[in-house]
Amino acid sequence: MSANQVKHAGLNLGGTDELTHEQAEIAVFGFWVFLMSDAVLFALLFATYGVMLSATVGGPTPASEYKILPVFLETLALLTSSFTYGMASVAMKHGASRRQLLGWMGATLVLGAAFLGMELHDFATMFGDGAYPTRSGYLSSFFALVPLHGLHVFFGSIWIIVMMVQVMIFGLDARVKINILRLGLFWHFLDIVWIAIFSVVYLQGLIR
Amino acid sequence: MSGPTDSKRDEIRSYVIGYCLAVALTGAAFAIVHWPSFVSTTTLAVVLGLAFVQIVVHFRFFLHISLRKSARDDLQLILFSTLIVILMVSGTLVILFNLRARMM
Repeated sequence: MSANQVKHAGLNLGGTDELTHEQAEIAVFGFWVFLMSDAVLFALLFATYGVMLSATVGGPTPASEYKILPVFLETLALLTSSFTYGMASVAMKHGASRRQLLGWMGATLVLGAAFLGMELHDFATMFGDGAYPTRSGYLSSFFALVPLHGLHVFFGSIWIIVMMVQVMIFGLDARVKINILRLGLFWHFLDIVWIAIFSVVYLQGLIR
Repeated sequence: MSGPTDSKRDEIRSYVIGYCLAVALTGAAFAIVHWPSFVSTTTLAVVLGLAFVQIVVHFRFFLHISLRKSARDDLQLILFSTLIVILMVSGTLVILFNLRARMM
């Protein structure tokens, strides 16, 4: 068991499915390389945001546009969805019933959709206040960074739907298991990016 | 670590601990901004500190990356990417803030 755990980091199948565990090693490492390149992309958008923060040109400012309650609820939704996905990973790894696995994935999907709904509502409110991307450098960098994360969550949600269909049609064969592992890495990674967004963008803007 | 049932319980416990820690850290960060009790620079430093701790918590409990158990390749990849990110972000901020200060 302990020998298996050091084979590759992160989510793994461990001793429950030796053969797929071997196959997953390279696939999951490759996915980590993608995630880290995505992290670099986000980091540079954060740097751009930091530089542009004071370039409001007399227009909307962070303090006037951000509201703490919706951001807190979005954070809880995404955080809880990370937990439910974790439960889905455990269900898959330890051979729980297919209905249980689909239930946890469905819960993750609902929370992801709730997050997206609240975020779109926030953006619509901002647009209504005249805070649109071309208004100032600050708003351009805001709308480059935050909706890019939303777009990741959107495609992650589509990926969850695809994986639920694959589980229903193919069952838990090796390919489906490895895809669920990769989707897990992606989903947890998005939650980590969101930690940086709510701290650096929203909370920094709301500090009085 | 004797059978699959024990291991499953350990894993669920790990997710539950991670979730509780993450909720507590998030709540603390939002609370300190919503009910300000320090000057703004201290608040910002605390918020960023909490964010860093929460990121470590997520890596440890959700992505199962730790210094002890992880395969070296993955850990090295993550640490190297972190180095690149720190260099690029801090470099960008230093150069452009310096430039702005000189143009004011």
